[in-house]
Amino acid sequence: MQDVSTSPGSIARTAPDRAVAGTWLIAVASILFAALVLAQSLYKAEVIGWGFETWRPIALAYVGWGVALALGMVWRRGIEGHKSLFVLPAVLFTVAMVIFPTFFGLYIAFTDWNLSSFEGRRFSGLKNLYALFADPYYWNALGNMVFYVLTVLVQYAIAFGLALLLNAEIKARKFFRVAFLLPFMLSPVAVSWMIGKSLLEYRYGPVAKLARFLGWDSPAFFTSPWVAKTSIAVMDAWVWIPFIMIMLLAGLQALPKELSEAAKVDGASKWQSFWQITFPLMLPVSITAIVLRIIFQLKLADIVINVTSGGPGGATDTVSSFIFREYRDRSNVGYGTMLAEFYLVLIIIFITLLLSIANRWVKKTQ
Amino acid sequence: MTVMAHTQARSRHVTPVRLGRIVGKVAIYALLIFWAFVSLFPIYWTFSTSFKKAANVMKGHLIPWIDYVPDWLGWRSLGLSPDTLFNTSTVRDEFLNRFENSVIASLSASTLAVVIGACAAYGLSRFEYKFGPMKNKDISFFFLSQLILPPVVLAMPFLVLYKELAFLDTRIGLILLYTLMVLPIVIWIMRDQFDTIPIELEQAAMVDGCSVWGAFLRIVLPIALPGMVAAFILSVILCWNEYFFAALLTSTHAKTLPVMVASQTGSQGISWWSMAALSAAAILPLIVIGITLERYIVKGLTAGSVK
Repeated sequence: MQDVSTSPGSIARTAPDRAVAGTWLIAVASILFAALVLAQSLYKAEVIGWGFETWRPIALAYVGWGVALALGMVWRRGIEGHKSLFVLPAVLFTVAMVIFPTFFGLYIAFTDWNLSSFEGRRFSGLKNLYALFADPYYWNALGNMVFYVLTVLVQYAIAFGLALLLNAEIKARKFFRVAFLLPFMLSPVAVSWMIGKSLLEYRYGPVAKLARFLGWDSPAFFTSPWVAKTSIAVMDAWVWIPFIMIMLLAGLQALPKELSEAAKVDGASKWQSFWQITFPLMLPVSITAIVLRIIFQLKLADIVINVTSGGPGGATDTVSSFIFREYRDRSNVGYGTMLAEFYLVLIIIFITLLLSIANRWVKKTQ
Repeated sequence: MTVMAHTQARSRHVTPVRLGRIVGKVAIYALLIFWAFVSLFPIYWTFSTSFKKAANVMKGHLIPWIDYVPDWLGWRSLGLSPDTLFNTSTVRDEFLNRFENSVIASLSASTLAVVIGACAAYGLSRFEYKFGPMKNKDISFFFLSQLILPPVVLAMPFLVLYKELAFLDTRIGLILLYTLMVLPIVIWIMRDQFDTIPIELEQAAMVDGCSVWGAFLRIVLPIALPGMVAAFILSVILCWNEYFFAALLTSTHAKTLPVMVASQTGSQGISWWSMAALSAAAILPLIVIGITLERYIVKGLTAGSVK
């Protein structure tokens, strides 16, 4: 114990003035910053007569306070202070960008606030929450999310197949890998136009023409609910399958070659060796890929917003696209934020459950 | 004995086995080519449509020079065809402005995220922290948990916050938000990268008189450079494609390319060629990145998934 404590202790002893100065620096900077925030809030609340027009100087002051904090830490704690400098910027940044909006969002969620009405923000208690439970469109969107999350399993199956293909002994592997990866790079908005609004277009789209050729008389991809939902899912799969595929491919390449060869010598068929050796060994990678993919899937919005705007009759709506329209078209800020916060709670519960089930499953199979 | 038996069995069934292998090979290549077609056709379609005329679109012509004559129609409407390139064009000015916004927002946000993310990842991989009750594991979890935050939750608070900060419709506002968005991914990739670098390297450097930061900057960073490039490129892709926040938080000055593409789709009916040209211009940089830097993208995507 003695040995461990000597090194910071000796630094503190050789430069006690700096340590004191560091403490003072942090204290003074904090007081200054708090005073600034207080003064600005009072000015905004029209209690005092002077202040800044916007809060932007306060944001700069926050940066300044961060610098002072970092400097103070170094002066006060020497090497330990230097070490804390590594995480300090990221922590301060994330705290500033997340903590305030989250709490402020919680406050907005309990207000009645429509940007297009003149009344401004009014506290309304649980009214938004009651409205949420009575809103069939929101529950419909949540139901759609269940469908979209389940399509991840189909994407996973296709991606696994593609990863196996790329892992086989083939020529021009690099070409195929790049070609398969490209859809992942494209912006969902561009994809919405490229596929949703032109390839699948009712009159001239090549896919519609192909469907007519194959005997489907009126290939409308976005007019009946389930077809529309499937079309959105197909577009989403087109973009995201490469993501799962690349992770699975890396997993396949990390598998020891001897295992499958041993299975071959033992006379196992390819089918057997896949299900009894490759698949179980791939389980951890698979679960990581699926969980990550589901996390991203829960944010699905761009394609839906741009191709169907949730139609027909909300059949393709995701929660995010529904709230997006609540904000942009109806300016219903308070209610929209309540929907979003409620969704966040559901997501946290769902992801926590998912992770614990996944962990237990991986442990059981190993 | 068993080896003998196997070779005998193989020589007896040589024709069916070889036949099966050929069929398997053909099936593999057929599937590969099919999926390559699925992946590439929409991209090909977009680029080829930007050179079509109305009649070509309606008749469903697909192959330039064989069933239709390429024309600069789509690119002319953007002011980017050879004959309009030196004339003044308001559409082109708008396009270039959106393009510039996208470039600046995604490059700056990715740089910022990689700088602070790499530092944080290094700290979390090497040192023991204690911020109150939070230890390394909790701090890592705090960063990674930002991943599950859906953009809709932050959207309204940010609209209000940015209004107060006068950050609405500015590039700096977008940059900060995008940094927040990609930071967890950068930390995830970089921590995986630093964990693979042996700690003895820095210990040796510190014995030689390097400071903590000296060892990090001079010894570790050069080794971790591929990981940083991977994190940077992945961030650029994500920021370039971001639509949700850009649509809500920008209006005239800081609008990015995806918002411009999205705003065209509804209003003009189907002027397919100009939409195709616009989409093609929006995805072209990413396709170039994808083809030339594929190695790094794969590295970034697979970080932490394979132990």
